[in-house]
Amino acid sequence: MNDISDAFAAAFAMVAGFDKDLAEIVGLSLEVSLSAVFIAAVIGLPLGAATALFRFPGRKVIIVLLNAFMGLPPVVVGLIVYLLLSRAGPFGVLGLLFTPTAMIIAQVILVTPIIASLTRQVIEDLWREYEEQMRSLGAGPVRSLTALLWDARFSLLTAILAGFGRASAEVGAVMIVGGNIDHATRVMTTAIALEVSRGDLALALGLGLILLVLSTCVNGAAFLIRDAAQKRHA
Amino acid sequence: MVPVPPTHRIRTTLIAALVVFFSSFEGSATDRFITVASTTSTRNSGLYNHILPLFTEATGVTARVVAVGTGQAIRLAKAGDADVLFVHHRPSEEAFVRKGFGVKRYDVMYNDFVIVGPKADPAGAAKQNAAAAALTAIAKANWPFTSRGDDSGTHKKEMRLWRAAGVNTAKSAGEWYRETGSGMGATLNTASAMNAYALTDRATWLKFANKGELTIVNEGDKSLFNPYGVILVNPKKHPHTKVKNGQAFINWLISDAGQRAIAAYEINGQQAFFPNVKAAN
Repeated sequence: MNDISDAFAAAFAMVAGFDKDLAEIVGLSLEVSLSAVFIAAVIGLPLGAATALFRFPGRKVIIVLLNAFMGLPPVVVGLIVYLLLSRAGPFGVLGLLFTPTAMIIAQVILVTPIIASLTRQVIEDLWREYEEQMRSLGAGPVRSLTALLWDARFSLLTAILAGFGRASAEVGAVMIVGGNIDHATRVMTTAIALEVSRGDLALALGLGLILLVLSTCVNGAAFLIRDAAQKRHA
Repeated sequence: MVPVPPTHRIRTTLIAALVVFFSSFEGSATDRFITVASTTSTRNSGLYNHILPLFTEATGVTARVVAVGTGQAIRLAKAGDADVLFVHHRPSEEAFVRKGFGVKRYDVMYNDFVIVGPKADPAGAAKQNAAAAALTAIAKANWPFTSRGDDSGTHKKEMRLWRAAGVNTAKSAGEWYRETGSGMGATLNTASAMNAYALTDRATWLKFANKGELTIVNEGDKSLFNPYGVILVNPKKHPHTKVKNGQAFINWLISDAGQRAIAAYEINGQQAFFPNVKAAN
């Protein structure tokens, strides 16, 4: 089990030495995943809340589909986005394949159903509690929707973090649409896959440890923000 | 009553965040770069880390390499998703040019394939001179052999050798013959864990760190020759091809400077690729 102790040594050496390539990879990972989660939240939060509040034809189908799409295989999403963005595909003229933008698009598709589904559940429960009160106050549907989203913001943070977890951990989609190009589209997970293919398991695991620490930092920061905000509103 | 959100402040913050996110991509998009569809062997061996900075220094052009199996690299180039194709399966490369997808094929360099396997060599593959005979010995011994099974240049070479050996591997799939359906590195990791035989290019093998009990058991046969060719994607098929910078990459690879850079790349003191422009072009 030398590889495991070597992994800690490799991770420590990279971090302590302020490895420039590592900083670039970490930066791009955060940029891609945070952008994707941000866009997915802008789409998913209102979409989830709307399916919770409103009754319209096809609503149940949308709920089932959103739930099912929480389990979309990243490699399939990557393949679909690849076919769409390839020069031979319908959006080829945009020249987006093998760019960070393509990676964000793929991750938005992966993350949006997670945020939308979890939002729907949270808002549905809240709606049951507040429905009569809101109706008696004469709040319109849009007003109710924004009010509920705001009221549930601390629970919804967990939905967004679940989305971030998905985005930062997946390798299948970003590998296909990003191409794992050095200094252009290489992120933490594709760098790990590359080191595994080079047989450098210690370095791969070292990168994995750094990814874990990063993910913990993002979640820790979210916890602190939530904690501070809750105290202010208490 | 639930509090009403301060919508305006949120909206301003969101828009500001969006602007920051997307403006950060602009820097790399305006640089002069080409996309090269290439093989995992050239990338995993570390060759690109050595020669690409020299190419950029000489021309000011950045080469972005997408490293996949030769079969997939050719499909990328056919779809117009790359400007230059740099792979190692001559018949496929010639077909690519013949069908009008590529402008012209240039010889760049070569190395060779090697058969790796357990140090104890239970199948006696090392006793055979010809590579095909070594494979026959492995098949007779029913000892595990891991195959790429992914339509890569290495896989195509392997299938050719099995045909020469007169062994139908499809019959033994899942028994001693194990198709991993993945890249060279993953296949070697599997071979290392199963103490199996495998065919690999020499450069990947030299750089591979997880050798375990494996070593080279058969090498040097003429049939293990592994030439690399480079082709510009035909702008008649794909008008967006970056002809000038793509051709600059090819011209540099086959120039004296490029050939010297390739020859100078060593892994653990061993030369990994041998330039061969003068010999062929």
